[in-house]
Amino acid sequence: MSDVIRRDPRAEWIARNRLHPLHGTIAVGDDAEVRGPSGLLRKNPHKVGFIGPNGIKRIDRLKGNGAASGMGRRSSGPQEVQLPLHSVENPDFYIVVVPDLVGGRLTSQDKDILGQAHKMAKDIEGKGAVVAVCFGESKEENYDTAGVDRLIHLEGEEYEGFSPEQRLAALVQVETSLQPKHWLFPDSVNGGTDLGSRLAARLGERPAVQAWQVTHETTVSRGASQSLDITRETPRILMLLEECADAIDETRHEVKAIELDSVPRAIVQLQDQGQVAVDPNAIPLAEAEFILSAGNGIHNWDQFHETAAALGATEGASRVAVDDGFMPRFRQVGATGTWVTARVYLAVGISGAIQHMQGIGQCDKVVAINTDAGCDMVKRAALSAIGDSEEILGELLKLAQEHRANKGEEGEQNAA
Amino acid sequence: MQPNIKQSLDIVSLVSIGQHPQSGRVRRAEQDGRAVELGMNLGGDNLTVLHAGDPQEQALRTYAGMGLSSMQVLNLDTQDDAVPALADYLQQLRPDIVLTGVRAESGESSGMVPYLLAEKLNWPVVARIADIVSVEDGVAEVMLALPRGQRRALKVALPFVASVDNAAPEARQSAYGPGIRAQIEPLAAVKEEDAVRSNWSEAKAKPRPKRLKVVKAKTAAERFKAATAKPQGEAGKVLKGVPAKEQAQEIFNLLLEEKVI
Ligand SMILES: Cc1cc2nc3c(=O)[nH]c(=O)nc-3n(C[C@H](O)[C@H](O)[C@H](O)COP(=O)(O)OP(=O)(O)OC[C@H]3O[C@@H](n4cnc5c(N)ncnc54)[C@H](O)[C@@H]3O)c2cc1C
Repeated sequence: MSDVIRRDPRAEWIARNRLHPLHGTIAVGDDAEVRGPSGLLRKNPHKVGFIGPNGIKRIDRLKGNGAASGMGRRSSGPQEVQLPLHSVENPDFYIVVVPDLVGGRLTSQDKDILGQAHKMAKDIEGKGAVVAVCFGESKEENYDTAGVDRLIHLEGEEYEGFSPEQRLAALVQVETSLQPKHWLFPDSVNGGTDLGSRLAARLGERPAVQAWQVTHETTVSRGASQSLDITRETPRILMLLEECADAIDETRHEVKAIELDSVPRAIVQLQDQGQVAVDPNAIPLAEAEFILSAGNGIHNWDQFHETAAALGATEGASRVAVDDGFMPRFRQVGATGTWVTARVYLAVGISGAIQHMQGIGQCDKVVAINTDAGCDMVKRAALSAIGDSEEILGELLKLAQEHRANKGEEGEQNAA
Repeated sequence: MQPNIKQSLDIVSLVSIGQHPQSGRVRRAEQDGRAVELGMNLGGDNLTVLHAGDPQEQALRTYAGMGLSSMQVLNLDTQDDAVPALADYLQQLRPDIVLTGVRAESGESSGMVPYLLAEKLNWPVVARIADIVSVEDGVAEVMLALPRGQRRALKVALPFVASVDNAAPEARQSAYGPGIRAQIEPLAAVKEEDAVRSNWSEAKAKPRPKRLKVVKAKTAAERFKAATAKPQGEAGKVLKGVPAKEQAQEIFNLLLEEKVI
């Protein structure tokens, strides 16, 4: 049922007309004033007024002659809207998207590209399905609202970490079994460009890279270090820039799984030796993935630096911490400092002034440690711990050190 | 840091003509310069610097000015495709490592050259390297540049093709005199016209429109709310009145789950 409270003119009319035969059954505002036992007129405050469309109580200035039907029907807050389902039974063709899945989730570029795929599918004759090919562990829950009609999810140790050759083998398998009309890759440093280029070279297709305006007929792409627009016929393989199209937001999709026949094991010539530890403070603040940021609520600075080192986090600070001389100016996050893009931002003792919040607008997961449960940072955070920063950081430091020690032991056991 | 090289290496660095981002003047391409620098550090005198195009191009002298005595140029016309010529030349030369930039600064800048060469030569290709740490018994240890300043170590057997990222050591300064004196050897090359390209139209890049925040509201109340209310993310989990130890554990679990530790 719709959430909107509607007026019932007939009921209102009956309520106004005391001579109407049904007047007694509707009786509005009857109970608002009652004569008490001593003969005094009493007001029942609960019966005064009515609940407005937004669930807010309104004073009834029509003296009971207003929206009679609105009485007593409380809206139960905004309801989850169920988007219409877009289903494709027997697709005539496929458009394959290979999202980056940074940290196991679709990036905004991935979502834009899924939107682009639907835009192209709509213009091509026949019914097309958008297939997403995802590698490795996935934490994404909203494939349906992002526009995935079919999902090929390839998991297993051979796809973990850095494995472009195995992934390429899987994509070649997809090519033979689905014969997709187009392949769309994000043109990004997160692996999309690499994989797309490998596939294009293997299939002998000429791709369009840095494409930003694509229909199923023509493609405009950037060239010559962003100074040239190249217009051409849309090729089969495309690598698309950010914001190439709008993401899907009005439909839900089926996310039906497609099982691939067994993918042959690729000959691995690039042997992954794992990620190398880099000094987190050598990474520019704007690029850092994980920032531990300090504000006015930090009193033990040695502990803060130690915790950042133990967690392997890049250090950041609010303006107050910088102005007070505890942190250098280039560590300042916010409007007059650096705009950061961290995936995880751990804010310790930062109230969340708007100038600071602007700087962390692009952060995915914000974690707050603060004594004040009502501050703006806590409202923004996905997880907040209310308590003294020194105490919590102390515990966190202990955990991090234990974790390090365990890892070191494991490493030694593996080596032995 | 000096790389740890335990054998003699034949290295080819491929260079293209760069373009200054503001003035549009020809110059030494940023990433190709780094490829030459890396090649010089690894190969010493056994470095071949190769260009496919016009041997008269003055920008080539800026590479030579890094201290090269000579450069090889496969003589091609502007409409010719560079890949067949390069592949043919490399097939004969059989070097150990081929270094390129990630993307050219002029032309299509598709970044496909290393991939196409690798496919034709049937060699592995490594994209975006920051350094080659060591070469031992025909196996190179390569440092890959990942986004957000991260690095990944890889082992790959020679021969291979690698594209050099901006994270690699910067190219040394180029000296004018030695650059002019260096020998540029034009070589005959396989000529194949780039047919696909002739169907394209090229224009100066238009600025891309900024994405506007579109509010899809059905009622006036929703529109009003969207225009005035603070954007409210869904409220997160708040741990209040819980011992510090549990709070820290909860935060630590989130960090582990996000794989940042
Ligand atoms: C033009 C202009 C530009 C600005 N630009 C920036 C900018 O770029 N970046 C920026 O950061 N600021 C900027 N500011 C300043 C900004 O308005 C705030 O003053 C500043 O961000 C507040 O910093 P804070 O949160 O660290 O300090 P406070 O607002 O003092 O907050 C401290 C927080 O720590 C908590 N706390 C206190 N003790 C403890 C404890 N023991 N344990 C845990 N929590 C505790 C408190 O509850 C409080 O929430 C700018 C201001 C102006 C006017």
